[in-house]
Amino acid sequence: MSDTVSTEAELRERVLEFLDQRDPATTPRGDFLNARFDAGLAVVHYPVGHGGLGLRRSLQAVVTGEFAKAGAPELGPFRNVIGLGMAAPTIIAFGTEEQKSRWLRPLWLAEEIWCQLFSEPGAGSDLAGLGTRAVRDGDGWVVTGQKVWTSLAHQARWGLLLARTDPDVPKHAGLTYFGCDMTAPGVEVRPLRQLTGEAEFNEVFLTEVRIPDTDRIGEVGAGWRVAQTTLMNERVSIGNARSAPREESAIGFAAAAWRRHPERRTPGLHQRLLQLWADAEVARLAGERLRQQIAAGEPGPEGSAAKLTYARLNQEISAFEVELAGADGLLYDDWTMRRATGGGYARGTGFRYLRSRGNSIEGGTSEILRNIIAERVLGLPAEPRADKDVPWKDVPR
Amino acid sequence: MTAADLLYSDTERELAAALADLLAERAAPDDVLARTEKTETYDTELWRAVAADIGLAGLLIPEPLGGAGASYRELAAAAEQFGASVAPIPYLGSAAVATAALLSAVKAGSPAAADLLRRMADATVTVALAVEFPARTGGRRPAAVRVAGTQPGDGAGITRLRGTVKSVADALPAEVLLVPAEGVPYCLYLVEGTAPGLHRTPLVSLDMTRQLCEVSLDGTPARQLAIGDAAAEAVDAGLTAGAVVIAAEQLGLAQRCLDMTVAYVKERRQFARPVGSFQALKHRLADLWTTITMARAASRYAASCLASGDPDAPVAVALAKSACCDAAVTAAQECVQLHGGIGFTWEHPAHLYLKRAKVSSIAFGTPGEHRAALANLVNLPAP
Repeated sequence: MSDTVSTEAELRERVLEFLDQRDPATTPRGDFLNARFDAGLAVVHYPVGHGGLGLRRSLQAVVTGEFAKAGAPELGPFRNVIGLGMAAPTIIAFGTEEQKSRWLRPLWLAEEIWCQLFSEPGAGSDLAGLGTRAVRDGDGWVVTGQKVWTSLAHQARWGLLLARTDPDVPKHAGLTYFGCDMTAPGVEVRPLRQLTGEAEFNEVFLTEVRIPDTDRIGEVGAGWRVAQTTLMNERVSIGNARSAPREESAIGFAAAAWRRHPERRTPGLHQRLLQLWADAEVARLAGERLRQQIAAGEPGPEGSAAKLTYARLNQEISAFEVELAGADGLLYDDWTMRRATGGGYARGTGFRYLRSRGNSIEGGTSEILRNIIAERVLGLPAEPRADKDVPWKDVPR
Repeated sequence: MTAADLLYSDTERELAAALADLLAERAAPDDVLARTEKTETYDTELWRAVAADIGLAGLLIPEPLGGAGASYRELAAAAEQFGASVAPIPYLGSAAVATAALLSAVKAGSPAAADLLRRMADATVTVALAVEFPARTGGRRPAAVRVAGTQPGDGAGITRLRGTVKSVADALPAEVLLVPAEGVPYCLYLVEGTAPGLHRTPLVSLDMTRQLCEVSLDGTPARQLAIGDAAAEAVDAGLTAGAVVIAAEQLGLAQRCLDMTVAYVKERRQFARPVGSFQALKHRLADLWTTITMARAASRYAASCLASGDPDAPVAVALAKSACCDAAVTAAQECVQLHGGIGFTWEHPAHLYLKRAKVSSIAFGTPGEHRAALANLVNLPAP
């Protein structure tokens, strides 16, 4: 086996060699996956020694494809979506060698689920104004505050925590980023029931939670910069996770219902459906184009456009679906409080309609996203700010 | 279905950059505006530079016929630049629509079409397809012209045509017209621009950067290029090419409107701050950028599908024409609005873009017609 891999062919060869040595049918699942991590074939753009080979992101498709073909154990990446989508890129960009060694393997194996402790009741769009305090205490920190909209907190072993370490400087400058052990004393997770009736998210109460300084990610006071990496990856992953076939997204439900129910068709609905279908297909193509840009090493800001568009389309399409469903659209499957189990979109038109309202709020509201596009992509001047250059503790609230 | 490459190749970027330089110099907004008020609304010298020097006339024409053997991808990349400058040149009618119709006729075995393409490849002649600008592929077939027999002394292969085609684009500067005519059967004819009985009446057009004319034929001699299904296919090929290329043009136009508007709102100050710092304007521009980002994917997909002969091309054309035209009209309207008073003046170029965008959105089928065509293509039947 050669030491370095630089081309697609060499990478493919390395995967095949790996498979030659370990028959996926007979190798125990855990052994197989750990060996895959050790061989740098977990995520090829991760660093060497931490599950990757330091290759470009686009080559991961080669690895995924070959392992799937060989019937290798599945990872179930959706179990640890925040871990893979946000924690890993952040740890790779800002973590110490010890942190990478400690966190990346169990993260990739989904042995340790991650969640994100960012939003607070008083800090949503204005995330940098958050008030959860982390106070130095010897070789660690003591954290007190409340977080909200935390998906997976009830299953998570670790949380990506953004906390205020210095209230005497302007808001962006006083934040520090931590990995928070969700099993530590003082961490309390409560389900947050949403308008769909189910609880997909949580509230997390942090009461004098002790975090060792070795779990700090990035410099003290650099939390905002570290968080940008997390959020950038969040927008990309919400906007478009992967190459999708035609009619796989929300429009597939609407198109199927249209085909199934000729008796419900009206000219007005037909016009709307064609517009929505065209918009959805164009959005899918834009997602495909973005993936090609990333693969060509030319990532652009188009992920923001994808997120805005998917939010709008999911809402318009699901609203259309409820109307198309006629009397059936007036029913709902079940209001019983329950934990979200994933795959909720199969629950029905009512659920899809309600859940999609969150698409323009979660991961940055569409309004904030428009600000970001206007300022970072188009270079328009920022809105004058009342809290600029003011120490956080003196900002009126 | 989406194996298509949706990015710009190096060749496409280079072609676009060369055109951008030329157009910045020769089709600046003041030039374009002044040209709309001249008798000769088409800039034939600029067209010669684009067609012959840059080689746009022969871009789609295969090398054996003297062309560059490029594809719709390159032509679309060029069209974005023509849209960005609203340049008054007949590239669309000649290098896209007529060329596509003739290429289709060549495939059906027309030596006359091949001869004409050879003359077009080196920009010796400019050609236009005499159809109404709003005609759409698969739509009602234009039947404004009829065969009128022959006259004594007519040589072999000469047929006389009679009829009128309203609102033809890019026919004014053309030396040769391709004229579809109802007869038994439907045929596509070649009519020399100097032929007796051919009249082209310039029309005062909503978009004076692409002035329309009425083409009338009164016993005008014509030579047959394609017959029956081959003729219908040639016309459809022209209309399809027109839709895809004008979609790319609209994309370029939309991007230029966005760029102009963004530059303006950064400069323009009211209430002691740049107006571009107000969220009301920022959000509109962010939405416009998003719309254009979507449209770009649709345009690239359609150009790729046409270039590779992808069976999904009809869907791609409908998506691109509707998405890019909606984007362009929105962009031009936003450009006027967000420029405020200056955007409503004659001296500011915003109106040139508005008029071009609106007219082009109707050309080769409206966005609504193209979306309606999807009903059959993707099995979403009408009630």
